[in-house]
This record gives sequence, structure tokens and C-alpha cells, in this order.
Amino acid sequence: MKEPSIRRRILYDKFFKMIIVLLTFCSILPMFFILFFITSKGISVINWRFLTHLPKPVGEMGGGISNAIIGTLMLIGISTVFSVPVGILAGIFLSENRKGKLASLTRLCVETLQGIPSIVIGIIAYIWLVITMGSFSALSGGVALGLMMLPVIITATEETLKLIPESLREASLALGVSYPRTILKVILPAGVSGIVTGILLSIARVAGETAPLLFTAFGSPYMNLNVLKPVNSLPLMIFNYATSPYPEWHTLAWGASFILIVLVLGLNLFTKGVTRRWKVQF
Amino acid sequence: MNHSRAEVLVLGTKTETMRWHKPALSESSFRRILSITGAFVLLLLLAIFFSLVIASFPAIRNFGVRFLFSATWDPVRSEFGTFPFLVGTLATSFLALLISVVFSIPISIFVGEYSAQGSTPAFIKSMIELLAGVPSVIYGFCGLFLLAPLVRTLEVRLGVAPYGVGIFTASLVLSIMIIPYSASIGREVISLVPSDLKEAALSLGATRFEVIRKVILPYAGSGIVAGILLSLGRALGETMAVTMVIGNSNFIPKGIFSPANTLASVVANEFTEATGSLYLASLIELGLVLFIVTTLINLIGKLIIRRMGVGE
Amino acid sequence: MGPSGCGKTTLIRCINRMHELIPDARVSGKIFLDHEDIYATDPIIVRRQIGMVFQKPNPFPTMSIHDNVIAGYNLNGIPLTKDEKKKIAEESLRKAALWEEVKESLHRKGTFLSGGQQQRLCIARALAMGPAVLLLDEPTSALDPKATSHIEELIVQLKDTVSIILVTHNMAQAARVSDFAAFVYLGELVEFGPSGRMFTAPKDKRTEAYLTGKFG
Repeated sequence: MKEPSIRRRILYDKFFKMIIVLLTFCSILPMFFILFFITSKGISVINWRFLTHLPKPVGEMGGGISNAIIGTLMLIGISTVFSVPVGILAGIFLSENRKGKLASLTRLCVETLQGIPSIVIGIIAYIWLVITMGSFSALSGGVALGLMMLPVIITATEETLKLIPESLREASLALGVSYPRTILKVILPAGVSGIVTGILLSIARVAGETAPLLFTAFGSPYMNLNVLKPVNSLPLMIFNYATSPYPEWHTLAWGASFILIVLVLGLNLFTKGVTRRWKVQF
Repeated sequence: MNHSRAEVLVLGTKTETMRWHKPALSESSFRRILSITGAFVLLLLLAIFFSLVIASFPAIRNFGVRFLFSATWDPVRSEFGTFPFLVGTLATSFLALLISVVFSIPISIFVGEYSAQGSTPAFIKSMIELLAGVPSVIYGFCGLFLLAPLVRTLEVRLGVAPYGVGIFTASLVLSIMIIPYSASIGREVISLVPSDLKEAALSLGATRFEVIRKVILPYAGSGIVAGILLSLGRALGETMAVTMVIGNSNFIPKGIFSPANTLASVVANEFTEATGSLYLASLIELGLVLFIVTTLINLIGKLIIRRMGVGE
Repeated sequence: MGPSGCGKTTLIRCINRMHELIPDARVSGKIFLDHEDIYATDPIIVRRQIGMVFQKPNPFPTMSIHDNVIAGYNLNGIPLTKDEKKKIAEESLRKAALWEEVKESLHRKGTFLSGGQQQRLCIARALAMGPAVLLLDEPTSALDPKATSHIEELIVQLKDTVSIILVTHNMAQAARVSDFAAFVYLGELVEFGPSGRMFTAPKDKRTEAYLTGKFG
């Protein structure tokens, strides 16, 4: 009489595991689909002309995404300049002040900042910069992206520095090295791999962002190196072309998507692989 | 730098007292600089909140609470009611949540319990992380060109209007996007369940399934819920992918296959064409609502996680 | 010397003012180095004159052996020529009895060294600053017996160059290397005197109890 009950339980157990494994592997299928489709549709578009020419008006063949590539690089540059110094310093502040009211409040703010939807960040950059400057600009787009990078860098810095053993600090202070020098010349270098990881991952995140740029950088069909003028970016271009009614533009969008995904996923994989080698052993 | 060098080669039990100069930056100044950066972050957040409030003030003053309940969004007549967008947002987010949970909880159980070591879970973890890394606009693009036609065929077979885009498509795309968030937190809390609890159950003759159902899930339950909350927060604020597949309609959606708009997608669609300060202020107020709702949900989720002691 | 938790590490950290790293730390009394009150001086200057070696060897992991030894100069921004640096590094490593073992690999990071070698590296690093006093906080408790005896020999040699204050819970070690001994128990300095007398004829009953192994 116990027998069928146990057999049934074992059956349920096996069945459950099967379902779990099935659902798990199903959930990674989308990744393969996305990669497959983008590669197959996008790779045929990539050629030297595609990468180095400006987009052409509708109806004309050819055209490329050079301004989008340059624009993306510009925006990443601006956002990095704004977010890295402040982010690292704030991360040091948090790791040096585990308790303390200001530190706890700051930590809360960092978590809140991280959760703000990207379109709201775009609105903020619009209010702060586009309205005051009177025009769309790469600067406002860069600031918006910088705001998104900031909490990631702060958290990465704080977590990395927290892991550094106290003995390192003591060794330095016992040599009569001042506190600022100890932090900047001993502790920070020891944490460089974790901090760089944080920076690279946050760049990978903002490289693909569109929403905050919709009304800040705004996009442009021209090549623009002026920080105070609108600028195109890869995600913006993909959005505009994909939602347009012109099939030629759709094809270009697939090509741009391929470039973008190679950039973003490449950064992610690079970060995982290489920065592990820079990790300092204690 | 001016300093006098002492006799550097060391000998004897006493050395000349070394009057080296004091460092350029003193400890207290450095600490003050650090505190200022901390305060800066604090001020940044406050500035964001107050900018949103101030910029949406014309709309707040004009519409008041009606803003949230009126169903008319008419820029021509300057009538702005956001109820359709609230419906669109809640519908897509909750539907996406439901779909994603079907996959993220199994992932958490698989990687947290069944296969916690080795190359298989490492592979799955990497895949899930890559899923989180794909830009939103690419999800939207694939959703528009790959998923929408499939949904259109389904709609034809079901006899509904074959838009292809709409709440259903948006929820599908959104669900894939938010799987990583609940999966990774779920995995962490499940792997934190103490092994002596599991071993106690197993030694009493329970099957793996029963251990999971009766020991692990109850213990990790609130953490899993927190992870789901966090993915909800993400879903509510998601813009680009949703904008591209939701069909852009400002009316209350009639059914699951209707086109709609979410709070985020209407801002994305109409912000650059907003004429008139009331129009713009209304859109900004949508941003304010998004800010408040996502912040609350994220903070609640993080609070639960912290209570459970999950950390790196 | 004294049993675990008696306060000897706390005491030694007051000498180079390292206890000040702990918030809310208080200290009363005075400590003089060459007739100067070290609590009236900048702690940074005190620490350059009073070096410290810790229980667990802690060479800087991002620096080479050579840079580790002269870290005190580099980190403090004290300019030296390359030759001066090399000279100081060699002298300090010789004094720490490590020169022969590492002279071919000065540019390598110190993490490949054994525990005992790393500890001697830390001693060289402290000696390079030319301190008047060297504080050793249980320097051999993380090391194996062979490394321990190397370090003890080194301490005896170094006595001619620096004043050494050694903290240890190993009373045999204290007897082996020291000229003077202090017994600390439950936060109190119970007895202090020349080692010869302390270990054979201690004045205080508690010292005698500790030395005969009644507690500790």
C-alpha cells in the first residue's frame, strides 16, 4: 500500500525535474533567435562603405551609419567624463564610511538612481540642458547617459574597495603614509580591476540606450562633432529606421543592429574574461 | 616639493628625526571632499525629483487628480487624462510578469538547486546575463519584425483584428527582457537556503521535488517575491521595446490584442512634438508618476532582499 | 608577552598611534621617543620613525619586491634617484636577511615568496625608512617553525641597529630573543624587567603563574 504512493512521488519528482529543465532551456532560446536573426539579416549589409558613409535620403541606394558610430562614441566619451570621477570618489566615500547618516542616505540615493527609468532621465536632461541651451545637443545626451552610468560605477567601486583587506591599509599607514595617499596610491590601485569592470559594464549598458537620447541628442542625418549640436547614435538610428516605412532603411537598421550587438555583447564578454586577469591577489 | 632629507642610510638605534614635509592634502580635507561627493549624489536625486515636480506643475495645477482617471488624451483640446496609459502600463507589465515568472522561477530552481556547480549553470548564467545586456531597441526591432507577424497570424486565426502589435506582443517582448532580473535574485536566495534544512528533509525520505516544494520555496519565498518585484519595476519603466510593438493608440485598450500605449511609450512618442506648455507639462507629469511608482517598487523589493541577507 | 586578549597588541599599537584608526579610540598618558612626546607630533611623522611589522605578512600586492621595500619613500612622494632607491633596497634586504634569496627577482611581485620570506620583506620595508624603533606584532605566529627560527635569528641580529619591541604569546620566543621583557595580563602591565631575571625569578605571582603554564 505504501508502494504506489512512493512510486507516484518518484514519478512527480522526475516529471517536475523534466519541466524545470525544459523551461530553463526554453528561456535561453530567445537569445539564440535574436543573435541568429540579427546576424543573418545584418551581416550582408556590412561593408566598408556602410561603416564610413553618411546615411542617404530615402530612395537613394547606399548610405551608411558613420555618423551614428561617431555619435555613439562621442556620447560615451561625454558620459564617461561626467560619471567616472564623481562615481569613483563617491564609491570611495561609501566604502570608507560603512555607517554614518550621510553614507546611508547616499547609498539609498544610489539605489534609487539606478532604478529610474531611462526615459525619465531623458526628461531630466531635457529640463536641465535642452531648455536652458535652447537646442538639442550631444552634451545633454551625454549627461543623460552619465546619470545612468553613475550609480553603476559608484556601486562597483564601493563593492570592490570593501573587499580589500584591512591589512593593506595598515601596512601603508604604518609606513607613515598619509590617509589620502593610502587611499589613492594603495587601496585604489588594488581595486582597479573591479572598478574598471564597473565602468566597462556601465558603458555597455548606455551604448545601447535610446530613450534618454530621444529628446536630448535627438539624432541627426549629418556628421557632427560639435558637442553643442544634435548628434546621431546607433540605437537612435535603429529606432528611426526600423519604425520607418522604407524597406531600404529596415535593411540598414539590421546592419546597425548587428554592429550594436557586437559592440555591447563584446564589451560584456571582454569585461568578464579580461578583467579577471587583472584581479589582484591578496 | 621642499623638504630636508635626513640621513637616509639607516644605522644606529637613533636616526635624525626626519622632518619631512606634511603631505599636500590633509586627511580632513580629503575626507571633506569625499563627503561632498556623497552629498552631491544626494542633491542630484533631490534635484531630479524637484525638477520633475516643478516642470509638471502646470499640469498638476490644471488637472489635479483627474489626470489619473480621465480617459481623454487630446492634445488639440488640451485635455490630458492618462487612464488609458495606466491601463496599458499595468496590463503589459503584469502580463509580462506572469509570463516571465513561468521561466524565471524554473531557472532559479535549476541553477540554484539542481545544478549549482559546473559548466552547465555557468553557461546558463552567462546566457541570462547576455539576455539582460541586449539593448531595448533591438528587442523592439526583433519584436516588430519577427514576433509581430507571428502574432498577426494568430490573430487572424482567432478572428481578431490583425494588428500584430498591441498589448499581447508587447507583453511577450517585455517578459523576455525581465526574466534575468527575477532569475538572478531567485537563484541567489535559493542557493542560500541552508543545506542542513535540505538534508534533514532528504534524510526523512523526501524526494527532491518535495524538498523544493516544502523546504526551499517557503524559505526563499520572500526573496523570490522581491526579485519579481524588481523585475516589475523594470517592466514598468521599459520604453523602447514596448514603444515599438504596442501599437501607439491613446484609447483605453479593449482587449489583450488591442493596440495601446504605456506611460513610457506615450512620452517617447509625443515628447518631441509637444506644443504648448500644458502638453509638455502633462508629459513630464507622466515621467513623475513613473519615477514615483518605480522608485517605490524598487525600494520595497530591495528592502525585502536586504532583510533576507542576500549580498555579494 | 602575555596570553591572548591581554591587551599587548593594543598597547603596541599605541606606540605608533595605529590605534587611532579605530573610531572612538581613547588613550591617556604619554610616550616619549628621544624626549619628544609622540602624541604631540603628527602621527604620520611618528610612524616614519617607529616602524611596524604585522602578524600576517602584508606586502603590497601591486608592487614588485624592489618597490615594496622602498614603498615608504614612493608612497610618501619623497624623491630619490634610481640609484639611491636601489641602494636602500639592497641595504634593507640584506639587513632583513632576504637579499641573497631575491636579488635576481627584484622586479617580480612579492606574492610568490613563502610566508617567512614575505615577512622578511615586510621587515625590510619597515627598515628602509630608517626607524628608531621597530614594532613587531606577533610576527611569527602565522609562520612555520623553520621560518620562525629564521625570523628570531634576524631579530637578534637587528637588535644592534634598531630598538625592537616584540609582542608575542610564545614565552619561549620571548625568552630566546629579548633583553627586557614585559608581562601584560588583563589589560595591565604586571611586571617589567631584564629578561634574565624575569624568566628565572619573576617578582609578581601572576607572572610566575603565566611562566609556569598555569594559564595562557
